[in-house]
Amino acid sequence: MRYAVHRLLQAIPVFVATTFLIYAMVWSLPGDPIVALAGDKPLPENVLQALRDHYHLNDPLIVQYGLYMAGVFLHGDLGETFTGQPVSELLTDRWAITAQLAVTAWIFELVVGIGLGVFAALRRGRLADTAVLAGTTFVIAVPVFVVGYTAQIVLGLNLGLFPTAGTDEGWPTSYLLPGMVLGSFGLAYVARLTRASVVENLRADYVRTAVAKGMRRSRVIGRHTLRNSLIPVVTYLGVDFGNLMAGAVVTEGIFNLPGIGQQVFQSIQLQEGPVVVGVTTLLVMIFIVANLLVDLLYGVLDPRIRRG
Amino acid sequence: MVDLKASVESAAPGPEPAREVRGSLWHDAWLELRGRLIFWISMVILVVACAMAAFPSLFARLGPNEQCNLRMSKQGPGGAAIFGYDLQGCDYWSQIVHGTRASVLIGIAVTVFALLIAILLGLVGGYYGGVLDALISRITDVFFGIPFVLGSTVVLVAFPGHGIWAMTVVLVLLGWTTMTRLMRGQVIAVRDSDYVQAAKALGAGDGRIMFKHILPNSIAPVFVVAMLNVGNVISGEATLDYLGVGLQYPDVSWGLQLNVAQSFFAEYPHLLVFPAMFLTATVLSFLMLGDVVRDALDPKLR
Repeated sequence: MRYAVHRLLQAIPVFVATTFLIYAMVWSLPGDPIVALAGDKPLPENVLQALRDHYHLNDPLIVQYGLYMAGVFLHGDLGETFTGQPVSELLTDRWAITAQLAVTAWIFELVVGIGLGVFAALRRGRLADTAVLAGTTFVIAVPVFVVGYTAQIVLGLNLGLFPTAGTDEGWPTSYLLPGMVLGSFGLAYVARLTRASVVENLRADYVRTAVAKGMRRSRVIGRHTLRNSLIPVVTYLGVDFGNLMAGAVVTEGIFNLPGIGQQVFQSIQLQEGPVVVGVTTLLVMIFIVANLLVDLLYGVLDPRIRRG
Repeated sequence: MVDLKASVESAAPGPEPAREVRGSLWHDAWLELRGRLIFWISMVILVVACAMAAFPSLFARLGPNEQCNLRMSKQGPGGAAIFGYDLQGCDYWSQIVHGTRASVLIGIAVTVFALLIAILLGLVGGYYGGVLDALISRITDVFFGIPFVLGSTVVLVAFPGHGIWAMTVVLVLLGWTTMTRLMRGQVIAVRDSDYVQAAKALGAGDGRIMFKHILPNSIAPVFVVAMLNVGNVISGEATLDYLGVGLQYPDVSWGLQLNVAQSFFAEYPHLLVFPAMFLTATVLSFLMLGDVVRDALDPKLR
């Protein structure tokens, strides 16, 4: 419990500093959004001033940030765009799409990644192991957009196994292929991590003891080796969920999924500060909460960490 | 008693043990490495890639964006152009060769700077501990929490007209955290070793202990991650180019070529295949090199 509180207290300043950094970066984007809002016809100076006051653009950055965060936490209000639409409304549908995509990718990483890793570790040094190692290195080396286009053409268009783009067929059908592409990097990583960890643990004394006691192989592997081997894998999977949400922009672009990634990417280029800040704040929150959960889970899996 | 005294004496001359350990570890690693086929394959690819980056004119028929002929736009391989032509009708082989420099230079420069930051912060934080360590760790957490694509996009849009060096700065800013964390962990693991205690007892200063004793004994895993990191940085840079926020025309890079290819690859697959092939081969070589070096340095896997 003390460990949990300690970790929570550590997470708060990190959250504040990260979101402030992003806030400051976004508002340092060049150009005056209020002037841009007016379009071709320049607005009178007093109207500009009134708009700036309305959006608190005249206050120091730290005050703006404070007001914004107060809004987020007290009213769940992510601010509004310069055209007056609430950011949270703009994002509702898009969140669902990105979340479905990230969950699909994450399940794929978890199941196939750990499966492949254990499979390779138990056949260490043989052909199957070498194939898994070579395959995963290759997947890590190919940029995700090349994987995406190739998968789209070969699996989607030529073989017709999956829908090629859009979300018409709902979850999971429409999300399978994009999910696999998004999760491919993490999958390769999880497989390698699992393999290395299992290989190392298979030589541990407690495994030898378990074998010597005459336990069934499935129990030695499942209960003794895996439980101890999965600690680093759990850490990676936890951290990676945030990465999947934030990294979905490329996959969403290729498969034309209207998620938050696409929205935020457009917003950055259109200098829609409120949308960018809103989305990144939420992403950082997800990231930090995921990290926190992993740390707590870590404590459960390995009691040494709790006391340390 | 005599034995004990002898062992203390043999451990006593300050830097000697550290140097010996280092020599034997890296020497062993080298003996192991030179027998591995994968090591030589990746080395050959990387030497070629570095040569292309340093002296593109040795490989390319034409200069960057030179003698482009729009009438040849998107033509497939054939005749003088073994890789065909790009959208602007430039010789694709020459364009791809000239694209090597951006990737290789950024990959190596980012990793070197990030490694220096990691070594410095990791040593200071891990060795001194306390408030300083807590501060460094929290700052690391902050930068670790910024999503890569979104974070770099925001910075790059804020500073338009950026070249290779601005890209390097952005990628270092978002990429120094992993190695720093690893370095700090390594330093903490060896900080209380007997040889460090011995050096301290002999009156060695903090700087000497950190750089002569702790650094050589904690750098190996960080060095491996650095090699893998070069591959990841190249991949990340290409992703930013592909998204259109990285390098801009008239710069030539593999990421930019892939950006152009995305609209035409269904009919003109060579636009996608060739730069992707170069990019993958380079990234793959760095990853394989990192892997074999890790195996060679880690006695547990033998």
